[in-house]
Amino acid sequence: MIARVGIPSSLFYYVHFPMWQTFFSELGIEVVTSGQTTKGLLDEGVKEALADACVPIKLFFGHVIALKDKVDYLFIPRVVCLNRKTIYCPKFLGLPDMIRHGLSGIPPIIDVQMDNREGWASLWRSYLKIGRIFGKGKMKILMAYLKAWAVAKRFQSLLLAGMHPPEAMAVLKEGGRVQPRHDHKGGLVFAVLGYPYEVHDQFISVGLVKKLKKMGVSVITMENLSPKKIARANILEKKMFWTFSDLALNAAYYLFREGKVDGIIHLTAFGCGPDSMVDKLMELASKEYPEIPYMSVTIDEHTGDAGVSTRLEAFLDMVKRKKEAQQGTCPR
Amino acid sequence: MPKVTFPRMGESWRTFKMLMNDLGNEVVVPPRPNKRTLDYGVRYAPEFACLPLKILMGTYVETCLEGAELIVTSGGSGPCRAGLYGQLHKKILNSIGFPVDIIVFEAPKNHPIDFLRKVNRLNASRLSYRAIWECIKRGWEKLKYLDDVEKLTHVVRPRELEKGATTRVYRRVLEWIDIAYTMSEIKEAGEAALQAIRSVPQDAERKVLKVGIVGEIYVLLEPASNLEIEETLGILGVEVHRSMFLTGWTQDNTVKETSETLSVKDAAAPYIPLCIGGHGQESVGHTVLYAKEGYDGVIQLAPFTCIPEIVARTILNRVSRVHNIPVLTFFLDEQTGKAGMTTRLEAFVDLMRRKKSQAGALHARPEVV
Repeated sequence: MIARVGIPSSLFYYVHFPMWQTFFSELGIEVVTSGQTTKGLLDEGVKEALADACVPIKLFFGHVIALKDKVDYLFIPRVVCLNRKTIYCPKFLGLPDMIRHGLSGIPPIIDVQMDNREGWASLWRSYLKIGRIFGKGKMKILMAYLKAWAVAKRFQSLLLAGMHPPEAMAVLKEGGRVQPRHDHKGGLVFAVLGYPYEVHDQFISVGLVKKLKKMGVSVITMENLSPKKIARANILEKKMFWTFSDLALNAAYYLFREGKVDGIIHLTAFGCGPDSMVDKLMELASKEYPEIPYMSVTIDEHTGDAGVSTRLEAFLDMVKRKKEAQQGTCPR
Repeated sequence: MPKVTFPRMGESWRTFKMLMNDLGNEVVVPPRPNKRTLDYGVRYAPEFACLPLKILMGTYVETCLEGAELIVTSGGSGPCRAGLYGQLHKKILNSIGFPVDIIVFEAPKNHPIDFLRKVNRLNASRLSYRAIWECIKRGWEKLKYLDDVEKLTHVVRPRELEKGATTRVYRRVLEWIDIAYTMSEIKEAGEAALQAIRSVPQDAERKVLKVGIVGEIYVLLEPASNLEIEETLGILGVEVHRSMFLTGWTQDNTVKETSETLSVKDAAAPYIPLCIGGHGQESVGHTVLYAKEGYDGVIQLAPFTCIPEIVARTILNRVSRVHNIPVLTFFLDEQTGKAGMTTRLEAFVDLMRRKKSQAGALHARPEVV
């Protein structure tokens, strides 16, 4: 019988799913995901998770509940550090423990630690451990790992070409050709900064990206920017030590400095620890660059569709009017 | 000579004041966090920042208004937010018009040169390293006595005959330690203080409950931030054992980990095998140890939105069930009211008493203390 591994479609899903899926399917293991977020899924999560947790964690609980009876294993690795510099928020470090001790009736959890500060090839050793759980040979695991690595690279290049993770995943899946980079000519370009599991989750972000596109605005997210390039824009004395926060903040500094966008929207979850600092630092930075409007949108499990639409429309109107005033075509 | 200030954490400010004075700095003593502190904190700090950040923000604004020009604080390497407090505070203070500078001490075992450079910067009266070491030793002694005295009040308070007597004596003896300066004076004052607290009239027969307190360091150490929970519990007839004191924490983070901390980590290992920042792992480990030592309950204190403690709280549900120990959590923020907290504590104490009497440890129904 083929073993089935469940990967919840939340948190790291938007960053590492193509790699993980390739790795498992190369080993002959079936991968099951929990699919798109729905209202029911979120409600289940809210019921089980601690009330004080942030909404992505509640959502993750919901995704796990949706998966737990369908799979033999749950894949929730303990991702500590992947770039030898920055680590992840405490909730990622304690994620397998929270699920194991916070929910009942959970299948075995694969919680292999991934920390590439532990020396050369430590990431490979983590994947080797995962493969061993299923009793696979070292050679086979190595081949699967290399293939997964190649897919991860391709995924990364698609993102840098201007695609958003869900689109890039679709391209990888269907093997279609890469669309040429969207031309931003003429139209407005907004940056939506925030963690991938908030920005690209259609449900929890109340379709913010989609809404902007519908209004005729092109959207770039932090995945579309090269991490190395934006890291140089950082002006802090001490780097943020959370990977996603570091990326979001660097992206903000970079975009403010370069001035290539017409507006920056920071999407943050209610009660997010790192974001309390990121948001304030972005706000302070935005004061130094008054030509680029900045808005912060907070989401939680009660966020309404109409409320977000209204704010986006108002923001867009303001940006448009500002542009017209600058070009002297403001209808008086 | 710049006017120096530092965060206030319980009574430790008495030590830091002495140390900064010895190094030749003028000190602006941080006031006890109060309504005004919180008002400033809430106004200038980010909305979702945790309570310690807001209180410190308020404290800094208050001290800056009194003329402080240099803030000395501690850093950290994450993933807890506290490691970035200093930088954020500086940016905010500068943006609202206080041109202060901030010195952030990182753990000396990882950044020894940086540590010495910062010590030199504070060393206004150009003392030799040896003299500084003497100052630190005296400060350390004072800090130890302050902690010991506080620890003793936790034991004496639930047994006092006259309500509030311990607190009254405690307030008085703190001043004795405060004015002591030389090593022998500090020792003498410290011993006298311990003796004074021990001689508060007590009821040796009284059956008291024992509760362990775990959680995030700032809200544990600063009574103003946890609404004097230890005093409230003491008056309810509960002996409190706090899992963290500044001396213990400093030892763990500057020299090497004590065997006590290592056993806490071992105890936490089945539930949470690696450090998740802040004191999440310690909270779980201490709870397991308290359960094994036969405590009647555990209270977890955490600032609202503190992620390590949220992770710990999720896991504590299981720990509480497995080890059969009641756990009560307070997520503290600027809205927490003392009356609400006292009500919850009274209910928790009732629950523990009933549990204990059912277990046969307490035969007669205890009188309400």
